[in-house]
Amino acid sequence: MSKNTSAPQSLRSPLGRAKGLGSSRSGVSHWWVQRLTAMGMLPLVLYCLISFILIADADLDTARSWIRQPFNSVAMILLLAVGFYHASLGLQVVIEDYISTKTRRILTLAFTKMIMTAFAVMSIYSILLIALADGV
Amino acid sequence: MTQKRPLSPHLMIYRPQLTSMMSITHRLSGVALASGSIFLVWWLVALAYGGDYYQMVQGIAEHVLGRLALLGFYVAVSYHMANGIRHLFWDFGIGLSLDGVYRGGYIVIGFTALSALAGIAILFLA
Repeated sequence: MSKNTSAPQSLRSPLGRAKGLGSSRSGVSHWWVQRLTAMGMLPLVLYCLISFILIADADLDTARSWIRQPFNSVAMILLLAVGFYHASLGLQVVIEDYISTKTRRILTLAFTKMIMTAFAVMSIYSILLIALADGV
Repeated sequence: MTQKRPLSPHLMIYRPQLTSMMSITHRLSGVALASGSIFLVWWLVALAYGGDYYQMVQGIAEHVLGRLALLGFYVAVSYHMANGIRHLFWDFGIGLSLDGVYRGGYIVIGFTALSALAGIAILFLA
């Protein structure tokens, strides 16, 4: 019995198909994590935004004592970590769409991710300094 | 290599639609939030640093230009969050008809407009 030669044959290797990572080399993980971080941020953004509005124009002590409350420290750190991760994933898509030169794309991606990581570390470190400081 | 190839879709001869405009605004607001977050980082660093430095940064936030920047950030958050929820509904397969896409679009624009009015009231009138 000869095979039906008109049927399209896949050129993908069985290993490649089993891994299921496709041409992106990372499967659907980027898409999925973008959505997970979006959903995770919803309550955090709402809580922190409303709190910021309520303590708007706070003096140093008011703002610090808000951050120092454990619930608020944790909410802020989560928001900053998840938010900057989400931003990094979002910027990545924009860069991949609009920068077609490979070298420039890779350099811009690396630079953007470094900046987002630095922002996250700087802001979270500031929260920790405030939350863990003695006294005032 | 830059070659003068035609770009598709031909943006310049395209009649703007609500859907495409909202799509690019989602991107723009996302990029604006990522860039504008430098001010949030700056404010938190100043808050940890304290003293005159915090006074200085807080002074900038209370200036008219600082107020406008805050309003912009706030409106961008409102839009990106509302339209992001619209995107999540689509991911669950809800509202993917032409009607649904427009209805969701009007809801997002309405929410952003109300939110912007509230933001103006809080930032400039309170």
